[in-house]
Amino acid sequence: MARKQSAVGSPENSSNNGRAARPLWPSIVDGVGNTPMVRLRSVASEAPGVAVYLKLEYANPGGSVKDRPALQMIKDALADGRLSKEKTLIDATSGNTGIAYSLYGAALGLRIALVMPENVSQARKDIIRSFGTELIFSDPMEGSDGAIRHCQALVEQDPERYFYSNQYANPSNPKAHYLGTGQEILDQVGDKITHFVAGLGTSGTMMGTTRRLREHGRPITCIAMEPDGALHGLEGLKHMASSIVPPIYDPTVPDEILPVRTEDGWDMADRVAKEEGMHIGHSAGANVFAAVEIAKRIKQGCVVTIACDRGDRYFAPMQWEKHYEW
Amino acid sequence: MSITVRIPTPLRVLTKDQDEVSAEGKTVGEIVESLEGQYPGMKDRLCDEKGVRRFVNIYANDEDIRFLNNLDTELKEGDSVTIVPAIAGGA
Repeated sequence: MARKQSAVGSPENSSNNGRAARPLWPSIVDGVGNTPMVRLRSVASEAPGVAVYLKLEYANPGGSVKDRPALQMIKDALADGRLSKEKTLIDATSGNTGIAYSLYGAALGLRIALVMPENVSQARKDIIRSFGTELIFSDPMEGSDGAIRHCQALVEQDPERYFYSNQYANPSNPKAHYLGTGQEILDQVGDKITHFVAGLGTSGTMMGTTRRLREHGRPITCIAMEPDGALHGLEGLKHMASSIVPPIYDPTVPDEILPVRTEDGWDMADRVAKEEGMHIGHSAGANVFAAVEIAKRIKQGCVVTIACDRGDRYFAPMQWEKHYEW
Repeated sequence: MSITVRIPTPLRVLTKDQDEVSAEGKTVGEIVESLEGQYPGMKDRLCDEKGVRRFVNIYANDEDIRFLNNLDTELKEGDSVTIVPAIAGGA
């Protein structure tokens, strides 16, 4: 297919006279993946020789990249009998994975229970509860690692009741990105991508996508972004050196680890909203910051990164929510 | 004046795994300096040149110091200070 340099209003990769087929889904479960990719113009203008693309994972039904692994973990567990309508899927997540489990659990008639630190925002608790999910709280001082330990203790007490999905150790997590994200990136920009950048949380996005990109004919450099320290404000990401390292994480997979300061990620998220018209979350801002740093370094090429979710998921608590209960 | 400070998991690497430490000071800013003296590196984790870093919350008793007097928030005998990461985890 002929490709043309895009102008405003003309898709870079158009087909069917510019009209894409409109999807018709048998259920919301069928809406996961095939997310759009957008070229960043303004925030990457310091590297004019590099095309920087953002894959909009917030276009998934649950609003984040986590729809992919959550659904894959549910499907694979249903297929081999680890999960059934008699069991409760349990996992430690205060974030997007929890929202994704909750919505696909609701759609598929499955029971979901989530362990999260008590200081998760009221909005997040309300969103997750709206799908009928059971919430279990862990110590706010212990963060996500405390939620993991609390979840493990509950499962040990009653192993028959629960299917412990364990996103940090479940091979279905990276598999979702191997089959989905990685393949879609090659379908979208396989003829030009030179670099891929993704942040490390469970590391599922980085592991699965990179493994698929490595099978491509041309070498593609894959860079893992991580917070620059143990205490950071990039929700969903892990500073590996000071965290429980996820069993699915293989440190030999990325070509490079790029540390990013929280403030740089937050500021870039603001810039992407103001200059590009996309209101992305903080971890996505850090991804874009890292992608632009790589673009400035390589000067020629094509960098792809991930918009994990939207920024509205991180709106600050309202004034009346400012008290934490201990 | 000695104040008890609760330390979150990501900073316990500095406090040799202690979840509570004592620090000296009459304001939250003095407490931060006292922590830095005992546990070097603490101040950079908590503050930048503009004050408390945007993703760090410091509580005097159960009140976020942003809603009080920031680093100038005064403390009295028996008060406690708690450092809480602004994010609750995620993933």
